[in-house]
Amino acid sequence: MYRLTTRTRAGTATQIAVLVLVVAAIALPAVTSRGVIQDLFFILTMLTLAQIWNLLAGYAGLVSVGQQAFVGIGAYAMFAGVILLGWNPVPASLLGGLAALALAVPTAFFAFRLQGAYFAIGTWVIAEVTRLLIAQWKALGGGTGTSLPREATSNIIGTDAIRALFGVREAAARDILAYWLALALVVVVTGCIYWLLRSRLGLALAAARDNVDAARSVGVDVRRLKWAVFLIAAAATGLTGALIFVQTARISPEAAFAVTDWTAHVIFIVVIGGIGTIEGPIVGVLVFFALRAALADYGSWYLMTLGLAAVAVMLFAPKGLWGLISARTGLHLFPVRRRLAGPKIEGGN
Amino acid sequence: MIWLDTLVQGILLGGLYALFAAGLSLVFGIMRLVNLAHGDLIVFAAYLVLMGVTLLGLSPWVAALIAMPAMFALGWLLQAAVLNRVLGKDILPPLLVTFGLSVALQNGLLEAFSADSRRIPVGALEGASLDLGLVTVGVMPLMTFASAIVAIVALNGLFYHTALGRAFRATSDDAVTAGLMGIEPKRVFAVATGIAMVVVTLAALYLGMRANFDPSIGPARLIYAFEAVIIGGLGSLWGTLAGGIIIGVAQAAGAAVNPEWQILAGHIAFLAVMLLKPRGLFPRAVD
Repeated sequence: MYRLTTRTRAGTATQIAVLVLVVAAIALPAVTSRGVIQDLFFILTMLTLAQIWNLLAGYAGLVSVGQQAFVGIGAYAMFAGVILLGWNPVPASLLGGLAALALAVPTAFFAFRLQGAYFAIGTWVIAEVTRLLIAQWKALGGGTGTSLPREATSNIIGTDAIRALFGVREAAARDILAYWLALALVVVVTGCIYWLLRSRLGLALAAARDNVDAARSVGVDVRRLKWAVFLIAAAATGLTGALIFVQTARISPEAAFAVTDWTAHVIFIVVIGGIGTIEGPIVGVLVFFALRAALADYGSWYLMTLGLAAVAVMLFAPKGLWGLISARTGLHLFPVRRRLAGPKIEGGN
Repeated sequence: MIWLDTLVQGILLGGLYALFAAGLSLVFGIMRLVNLAHGDLIVFAAYLVLMGVTLLGLSPWVAALIAMPAMFALGWLLQAAVLNRVLGKDILPPLLVTFGLSVALQNGLLEAFSADSRRIPVGALEGASLDLGLVTVGVMPLMTFASAIVAIVALNGLFYHTALGRAFRATSDDAVTAGLMGIEPKRVFAVATGIAMVVVTLAALYLGMRANFDPSIGPARLIYAFEAVIIGGLGSLWGTLAGGIIIGVAQAAGAAVNPEWQILAGHIAFLAVMLLKPRGLFPRAVD
């Protein structure tokens, strides 16, 4: 008669709205310019990275400052697939996910021995070590980096069809393809995280985050759970990294392993939007992009403002902008809280 | 005798890293605060000293001496107004706040001083060296190392032989109980960060005199400093010196094999120590 559910009316409405939005987003390249598609690609990939970091830090308690290791290794594995193995960049991106997964195993083995701040610094050092090692890889340009060869970028799977469909140039077609892939990636990653949080595993994750000992006592294998989250997050980050560099078609160790771009900005997005919610990174990435667009002409002021905004949010609204909205309105677009549903219980007498 | 030379250069380089790390070690040991802006604060102090030299025509030493109280005030204010609000059981808020400060500081410096490399001019001292028979050492590295020792002796004296130091140790061990004994942890923290910034100014002086610096080099210094602190163990200043030396020697050895391996070798030494001793070599306090 009574059952536990996470379903709410707002949640169902959101799911329908997301569906409509995704369909509209797929059709968007038909009516917008190349610049808009590039901006959207940037927003979508940053959102993917933000959702992944939010899963790590906001739900699994794994405060990694070394996610750039997985972006970088993913991007370089894709380049290796294209340049050394002659693969097409799109399937080579899968290689990026695999490489990140492979790097995550020794990283987790090492970093999980460390606690709190040591974990954060440890992951950063591993990212630095990976960057310095990759910079020794002469076949991929060493410290100065390299570009995707023209033969590879000019016949990426699907670009011919896109050119025919929209009547655009080859470079624009590549952007559209990258945009669609980024759209697919963000939907799959966010969807998987949402599913995970609503499943038994999500409950275990929340329990482990709130109190490790209590979670253990009711049979949650915290260690295995953290391993699983870390590895999945790494693979998804690697895939995103590969995709980002399919679009730019140019790579260097500094760009691929940049702690500011792939970790600091991502953290700011999550913090400003609201850590520990799925809505947070979405709000955060919109603020991030709006700031970037508004201050584009003022050079480094934009990054300074971003950093200070993150500090201000942490001081005055630790749950982020979405936390403020949610507290005022009681709105949860992606509800994960379990409620008892069924016929109303009549009062005592 | 090349290996002996490498060893000596590495140890002296470790002195610089220990200077970078001493302030961090103090703050981290007392309040477990992970200050990700530490490296950028060193660079900031270096610009402060540079301004004293170029704008006011002071000698670097005098400029640093003047910058020290200013940096103390900055540290005190930073702790009292910002960092004290986010300290707690959860390490995430201070980590995020200092990360935000780090990026803001880097870009603020970039805006104020441009990306050009700068250096604090010291005249003849720059290239001077001493012949010690078996090895020849630079005067500047030697002075850096000596300053690191002096800073650590002074900090240890403060830590173990003064009332303030007793308050530091008490809050480090148990902030709540220390509070019951009439210590105000937040005021203690503010003073500690102020003192850390004085050491940062000293580190900045040597950073700027020994090599070129620009607004972007902070995070790398932060990593070296943190590695030294973690290798040494929580709350041990001599441990921090040992950590700095381990990284310095590893870097010198790596560079001797292949110049491109210098930084890598330092990081690998850190990872190796962490694998064997996840709490560092000489931890004083329990985390």
